[in-house]
Amino acid sequence: MTLNTILDALFPAGHAVAVANQVLAGEAQTALGPVAVLGTTDAAAIDHAMALALAGTVLDTVEQHPGRPLVFLVDTSGQALSRSQELLCLNGSLAHLASCVDFARRQGHPSLALVTANAVSGGFLSFGLMADQAYALADAQVRVMDLRAMARVTKIAYERLVELAASSPIFAPGAASYQKMGAIAAIWPAPSATLLLDALRDIAQARGAGDQRQSLATTRGGRQLAAGVSRQVEHAVGAG
Amino acid sequence: MSLSIRHSWFEATARQRLAGLLDPGSFCEFLPPAVAQPSPHLAQLDLPGAFDDGVVVGAGQLGSRQVLVAAQEGQFMGGAVGEIHGAKIVGLLRRAVAERPAAVLFLIDSGGVRLHEANAGLIAISEIMRAVLDARAAGVPVVALVGGSCGAFGGMGIVAKLCSAVVMSEEGRLALSGPEVIETVAGVEEFDAKDRALVWRVTGGKHRYLMDDCAALVDDDIAAFRRGSIELLDDWQETPDTLARLRAKQARLQGRLSAYGRCRDGLEIWAALGISEPERVPLLDCDELIALKEGLPT
Repeated sequence: MTLNTILDALFPAGHAVAVANQVLAGEAQTALGPVAVLGTTDAAAIDHAMALALAGTVLDTVEQHPGRPLVFLVDTSGQALSRSQELLCLNGSLAHLASCVDFARRQGHPSLALVTANAVSGGFLSFGLMADQAYALADAQVRVMDLRAMARVTKIAYERLVELAASSPIFAPGAASYQKMGAIAAIWPAPSATLLLDALRDIAQARGAGDQRQSLATTRGGRQLAAGVSRQVEHAVGAG
Repeated sequence: MSLSIRHSWFEATARQRLAGLLDPGSFCEFLPPAVAQPSPHLAQLDLPGAFDDGVVVGAGQLGSRQVLVAAQEGQFMGGAVGEIHGAKIVGLLRRAVAERPAAVLFLIDSGGVRLHEANAGLIAISEIMRAVLDARAAGVPVVALVGGSCGAFGGMGIVAKLCSAVVMSEEGRLALSGPEVIETVAGVEEFDAKDRALVWRVTGGKHRYLMDDCAALVDDDIAAFRRGSIELLDDWQETPDTLARLRAKQARLQGRLSAYGRCRDGLEIWAALGISEPERVPLLDCDELIALKEGLPT
C-alpha cells in the first residue's frame, strides 16, 4: 500500500504531507480538526538525521499548534546499523525523540501511532511506542527480530521456536502478539478515517490515565505476570 | 587515588555493586527470594532461571539520602530485559513517583531485550522509558550508572539516555546496536567487533564523556561510583523539560551531527575537538582525562 493511498484513506478531507529522507511531516484535516502527521516510510532504518527531523516536527507542533493531535505513521525496520551512527550515540538521539513525544503528551497533545508496514525494535521504541496508543494495519510486521535470526542468536532450534510461537505471544512476531501483549490497542483491517476518529476520541477520553499497557496485557492474556510484579514492587514493605 | 584496594565495578555482581555503592547495611531488597519467581518463559525453553530474573530492586541510603535502586545482573542472560525483569523496574519507578525518594539509582548492565521473551522485553523497555520520564516529571532524579561487562545497549541504551544523568567508567560502554550486530549485518569492514580498542573508542566511557553523552567519568571502582553519584546528586536539581531546553538540545545534536557525522573513529572526533595527541586518550587515567576535557576549547 502506498503512502498516498494510506493518507487518502485516513484523511479524505485533505492532507499536505511532505516526505524527505524517508521522514514524513505535514498536517491533515479530520472531523475533529487539524492533526499533525509525521513518521517514517519505506521501512526506514532510523538514524540521527531522521530522529532529529521527527523530534523537530514534534517541537514545532508544540510551539505553533498547542494541543494539536500527533498522528505517527510508523514504517521502520529498526535503527541504522553503522559505526559512525554509534560514534555519535544513536541511542541518545532516539532518547531525545522519545522525550519530545513525551513532552508533547505532557503539554496536552494526544498522540496516536499507526504501524503501516514494519515496526522493529529501536525504531519502534523511539516514537511509535511512545504514543498514547498504537494501532497496526492487518498485514503489518511488528517484531524485535525474525524467528530465524532469533534461533541463531539464542541457539534454540528454529523448529522449536516456530512451534512455541504458535501458542506464545511472548516472542511470536506479528501485530496480533503485540495486541495481546497490550502494546497495540487494535488491528485495523485497512486504513480508515472512521477508525482514526474513533481512536482519537478514545485517546482524548483516556487522557491522563497513564501507561495502561500492563493491565491491558493481563486482560488480554498476553502477559500474565507483568502487572502483578510491578504492583508487588510498588507496594512491597521493607524499606528503611 | 587512595591506597585502599580497588574493587572493580566491571567484575562485581549486581549485589556486590549495591553493597559497596550504598551506605553500609542500608540496602533492603523488594521481592527477596522467598516471594520471587523465576521466568516461566525461560523454563518453557528448558533454560535455567534466576529468582530475581536478573535484576535486584530495593531501597537504601546513599550518603544519608533515601534512594530507590535497580541493579541489573550482567552475569544472568546478559542483563537482558524479560517480562518479570522489566516489570520489577517499572514497579520501582512507579514507586518513586509515589514515594519521592532523593533519587533512583539505575545500575544498568544489559544488552537490551531478552530475545527469549522478545515481545515482552521490548514492551517492558517501552514501559521503563515512560516510567523514567514519569519519575523525572515528578521531580525525582534518575541516575544511570554504566560500567558493567554488558554495558548499556539496545533499548537499555535508550533508557540510559532518558535518565537525568549518566555516570560511567572508562570500561563502561553505551550505545544502541552492539558491535557484533553491526558486524553481522554490515560486515567486518564496517565494525570489527573483535577490535576491543576500536569498540571502546566508539562506545566507551572516555569517548562518551568527551562528547558530553555522560555527565561524569569515574574509575572502575565501586567506591568511585559511590563518590561520583553523591557528588552528582549534591548539585542536582531535577526540573521538568521545557520547550526551550528541548530546542537547545536539538540544536546541540544537530550541530554535532553536521560537525562529526562523517567520522568513523573516536580518534577523528577527538582531534577535531582540539585534542593535540588523540592517540594518547586511551592511555590517560580518569583524572587526566577529566583535566584534558576541562582544558578543551568550548
